[in-house]
Amino acid sequence: MRTARFWGVSFIVAVAFLVLTRWLIGNEYYFFAAYQVLQFIVLATAWNILGGYTGYTNFGTGAFFAVGAYTAVVLHKLTSLPVPVMMLVGGVMSGIVGFGMGYLTLRLKGVFFAIATLALAIVAQTLIVNWDFVGGSRGIYVIRPQQSPIYGSYIQYLYSLMLALTWISVAIARTIERSTLGLGFNAIRDDEQAAEAAGVPTLRLKLISTTLSGVLMGMSGAPLPYYVTYLDPASSFNLSYAVNSVAMPMIGGMTSWIGPVIGAVLLGTIQQLATVTISSALNLLIVGVLLIVFVVIAPNGIVGLVQSRGRARLR
Amino acid sequence: MMPAFILEVLGLGKRFGGFVALEGINLTVAAGERLGLIGPNGSGKSTLVNCLSGTLHHDSGSVVFDGRAIDGMPAYRRTRLGLARSFQLPKPFRSLNLVDNLRIPLLYTVKARHGAHLSGAAIGERCRALLADVGLADKALHLPRDLTQVEMRKLELARAVASAPRLLFADEAMAGLSPSEVEEILLVLFRLNEQGITIVLIEHIMRAVMSFSTRLVVLVAGLKIADGSPQEAIRNPEVERAYLGE
Repeated sequence: MRTARFWGVSFIVAVAFLVLTRWLIGNEYYFFAAYQVLQFIVLATAWNILGGYTGYTNFGTGAFFAVGAYTAVVLHKLTSLPVPVMMLVGGVMSGIVGFGMGYLTLRLKGVFFAIATLALAIVAQTLIVNWDFVGGSRGIYVIRPQQSPIYGSYIQYLYSLMLALTWISVAIARTIERSTLGLGFNAIRDDEQAAEAAGVPTLRLKLISTTLSGVLMGMSGAPLPYYVTYLDPASSFNLSYAVNSVAMPMIGGMTSWIGPVIGAVLLGTIQQLATVTISSALNLLIVGVLLIVFVVIAPNGIVGLVQSRGRARLR
Repeated sequence: MMPAFILEVLGLGKRFGGFVALEGINLTVAAGERLGLIGPNGSGKSTLVNCLSGTLHHDSGSVVFDGRAIDGMPAYRRTRLGLARSFQLPKPFRSLNLVDNLRIPLLYTVKARHGAHLSGAAIGERCRALLADVGLADKALHLPRDLTQVEMRKLELARAVASAPRLLFADEAMAGLSPSEVEEILLVLFRLNEQGITIVLIEHIMRAVMSFSTRLVVLVAGLKIADGSPQEAIRNPEVERAYLGE
């Protein structure tokens, strides 16, 4: 019941946010920037389903994201499907990659799993670089349709889509958190042997986790070709996606759905500001410094900090 | 008709590379029994428990639980069938409070079994009842890190019992506890046995094993060397040699 209410309330919040921003904001740039922040909320939330709830660190975010983006490129060249459909297909493709990764690496734990995901990103990038149909290492230009399917500019359309995906991702994360599935994920994170002994089908749950995480990452990557209009492997597989999607949940807090949202809004906004006011090269430095600060002073993120304050007051 | 034996192990063997950890183990456990399993360090007791509960898989022989061959079956399905274990070193779900620690086996075994319909509230009540059974009711919402060593052992047992098992392997549930704490755990185990759970106790503390077990099995270097009443088993010359030397 409370889960249904969350879906409803968060839907209303998302719609209200959409209406307000489109009504109040005239400058196109803000939608451009907001799209980036929303995209990071989706990536951080998706990462956290596997990394935070289930305890498996994934350094291959860039690969899942790019699989979604390049699926859209292929569909763009072959068909004239609308972007939401491309997002669905991109999600399916990326989900398949997630399932495969989960299946191949299910025996690996801790740092070994993390290294395997990093390797996956490199393999996927090599494949794309050598695939001429999608532009290879030269990259590819993607021409946006002249008309936006909805009222407003094309960027506003993409922004609306990303906002919808953000709503779905966050609501899914929140639903999992309060469910039998989520408790099973937590059991795997805390102790896999004990989870198995408690009747948790650990293999099946890990596959669900890697697949779901992959689907959401792929969906967030699919609109990217239309957003940037020029896509190349170096930028679509950029390390910053992996670094950010690890750093944002860590800074926000990995145990709750709100953690990645806080982390993504905070880091995403700071990076946008820094890009405009100082330089775009500064982005990863800011992420790195903030990550170190938080690991030292608040290892459980902002959510953990607030929770421990609350607990201290109770005593 | 219920099978006479809840567990039948025939010719079970397990190797790690060139090292033979268990060889030709034959063992039957009758329903309702309290079986003690002893042996010097490294004799293969924990390996046997791991093989029977599915944490490891044996290389040869067969295991029949409740009339059903379970060779190669993953651990979670054995737990769902009613074969539970506690770990030698307690492995609590450290990020979850005690109620949620027990909620996991309840959701994934009792509720997952056919015909069991449980509401969220009923599960919560059952968790608290299980905690009360082992004397942890007032710590229900604490995290495992707030527990003492003996409380941790009790949580470990409670979590195994939460899956409503027919057979429970208690792997060194009392190691490192004081004599009065050993008594506490023994009382818990006796009570579980009275509720109809067959218990296999793996233990080093001889006083506890002797007072608990109705039958004793002795492992030495991967072989079963004695099986019988506790008094008989410890008078067995081979057992004396294994423990005291010649």
